[in-house]
Amino acid sequence: MTTITKKPVNPTAHLTPEDIEAIGVELDTIRQDILDARGEKDAAYIRRVVDVQRKLELGSRAVLLGSALPPLWVLGTIGLSVAKILENMEIGHNVMHGQWDWMRDPKIHSTTWEWDNASTSDGWKHSHNEIHHTYTNIVGKDNDLGYGIMRVDEDQRWHPMYLAQPLWNLINACFFEYGIAAYDLELGRNLRTPKEKRSEKFKNDLSKTLGKIRKQATKDYVVNPALALPFGGFLPALAANFTANVVRNVWSHSVIMCGHFPEGVETFEKKSIPDNETRGEWYLRQMLGSANISGSKAMHLMTGNLSHQIEHHLFPDLPSSRYAEVAPRVKALFEKYDLNYHAAPLPAQVYSAWHKVVRLSLPNGWMETTTPANLPQQLKLLYGMATKGPKVRRAAQARLQQQARRVQAEKAEKKVAQAA
Amino acid sequence: MSSFALTRLAAEDRRPRRVGLRERARRLADAAVTPLTLDDVLDTFHPLRAGTDLRGRIVEVQPETAESATIVVKPGRDWAGHVPGQYVRVGVDVDGVRLWRTYSLTHGPRPDGCISLTVKAIPGGVVSNHLVHDAKPGQMVQLEQAEGEFVLPQPLPEKLLLVTAGSGITPVIGMLRNLFSRHEPAITHPGRIVLVHVNATDPASLFKDELRQLAADERITLLERFDDRDGLLDVDDLDALVPDLAERLTYACGPAGLLDALEAHHAARGLELTTERFRPAFGDVEPGEGGTVGFADGTVVEADGATTILDAAEAAGVLMPSGCRMGICMGCVIPMREGVVRDLRNGALTRAVPGETDPAGVPIQTCISAAAGACHVNEGARR
Repeated sequence: MTTITKKPVNPTAHLTPEDIEAIGVELDTIRQDILDARGEKDAAYIRRVVDVQRKLELGSRAVLLGSALPPLWVLGTIGLSVAKILENMEIGHNVMHGQWDWMRDPKIHSTTWEWDNASTSDGWKHSHNEIHHTYTNIVGKDNDLGYGIMRVDEDQRWHPMYLAQPLWNLINACFFEYGIAAYDLELGRNLRTPKEKRSEKFKNDLSKTLGKIRKQATKDYVVNPALALPFGGFLPALAANFTANVVRNVWSHSVIMCGHFPEGVETFEKKSIPDNETRGEWYLRQMLGSANISGSKAMHLMTGNLSHQIEHHLFPDLPSSRYAEVAPRVKALFEKYDLNYHAAPLPAQVYSAWHKVVRLSLPNGWMETTTPANLPQQLKLLYGMATKGPKVRRAAQARLQQQARRVQAEKAEKKVAQAA
Repeated sequence: MSSFALTRLAAEDRRPRRVGLRERARRLADAAVTPLTLDDVLDTFHPLRAGTDLRGRIVEVQPETAESATIVVKPGRDWAGHVPGQYVRVGVDVDGVRLWRTYSLTHGPRPDGCISLTVKAIPGGVVSNHLVHDAKPGQMVQLEQAEGEFVLPQPLPEKLLLVTAGSGITPVIGMLRNLFSRHEPAITHPGRIVLVHVNATDPASLFKDELRQLAADERITLLERFDDRDGLLDVDDLDALVPDLAERLTYACGPAGLLDALEAHHAARGLELTTERFRPAFGDVEPGEGGTVGFADGTVVEADGATTILDAAEAAGVLMPSGCRMGICMGCVIPMREGVVRDLRNGALTRAVPGETDPAGVPIQTCISAAAGACHVNEGARR
């Protein structure tokens, strides 16, 4: 992916400023329609989801008391995984967005909700609601793009350490909740700061997060396994909790990668965003910077309706249960203005996102110029680039890009020939 | 919860104390369900249990007139009871939005443990119309404990005058039902209690059959007045309607106009009067230009000069502390760091100036105050 302004053909080039403002007006109308319509049914929906989730979690934990028996272990672990996913995705994420604040129920309110996750709701709300949703897909501003540890764009200079980024991404997926907690704390930046210079806020947040992690771990890895102890199930219950946490982590990581990372989703340059970005411009950036996952109702529920990532980014505070309803109107708007409404099934989006992670872990042009026949030479080149210092790297990089351009040109010629 | 309990223990007794078995079991249960608490889990199964937020379940909706109904509610176990004449704050979810209103309790303590509210649907009244026309048995409502000073003295005075207009009868019917359910012979002579009951029309009169029965049984003297038949009640007519007015202790409940007139009438004659108002007496005050209310977390709410800060903030989706919504209970007070607010009852201005007034903020009652310029309060908007 290349930031939108550096692309040979900018996908928004055909839009006039008036078009962009008209898009803003149309989206505001859709938003207002939902604000006017939301009511008792929506309230009943979220209360029902909360009720079902709590009963499912409790039931699963009860089943796990007997987790020494393999069938019960499997049943309880599946139930607990689903319960944790529901809690984080359809309930926690959306409640903390303030999607249900209009009900004025202090029990289901963004200011009172605490979720079943290592990161504290306060830390998450800041980094997610304020930073990510405001600066969506602006390279260098939106840390959701690679969480600050990955190369997410061709324009970021390649360095040998990025070779490990698929591995990083996998580890981050498995322990995603801790990754989010670290990222909410801006742990990397703060740890690089000398101890005595770290802000009071950071120290305060750190102790809150550690407290939360301790409580979460005590619940999953001490108290609940201990309850299964009389039935000989301490270790199986512990393993079940660990598994459910990993399942939830991998699932939420995958859904979130699908939201902004698949090939074809646009990123933006910091300097290309005007200081006084209009509502229409902001909407347009959200439209191009998100991707949907197509699928069944169950899929939408389990992703917390982040499968409607485009609709979510346009209207982050509308009830998640309404995204499916507005999707056709949003899609029609994309078509009207000839924009790419990016939607694909989960496996395709996950593959696409991982493909990009792998591609960007390698120097620009390396993948394009590699064929089974030249693989040994290419590997040798890569080894050289990784070990022989910046000079060699620069020279090799230049050559790779030249070759890649040639490959591309040849492909284009072939296409033309075929068409003829 | 547990930290609160601990600090309380520490304050009471500095010696190390053993934590009780119950408390330990609770901590273990909380640890097993964090970030929820045991209470959250139990509420899923038994929302009316003891030890949780006070709620109630509607068990019956009885129509009274075309535009009023009695809502019978089974309160949670922690309901502490009430004295007839008191009111209760009720949180009702209308079209998904929780709205709080205050209603008089229209029964004494009932054998079935339920409480009842009689609601008159006022034009444009979101909650009252919902309760009268749409409420269904099984629906949950939020409750607070009964409050209010509008209760009969004990023992009952020798002579009593009750003046009610419209839904102002609701606290009084509770008093009467309670008195006569106990069958005390001493209170059954008709001259002891005189009820002047004012209504727009006969069909709009709440509890008219029940009141007429009480009168027929010679338990009260009932003086019904209908605006369409008798014209608007002039309080000076009371002297003629109730000749022994001076000997009576007066309790009145109804619209502000009637109560204001009655207060002036009784004050002029040096008579004692106890009133109950359903709404604060706004109206005479010129609304100011309004302004904004900024909260410590950066939320800013626009509020015009005729709207209370509480209403404006709630309409903007902010969770506000609130109470009686008429300037009495102080349940809505928050500290203002900077700015000016206008008391909508009398137009009085309250100012907070940084560096001059209390740095912790000047307490303001949001339910009767409107913004008069840009105000800043010391609290986060949503708690």
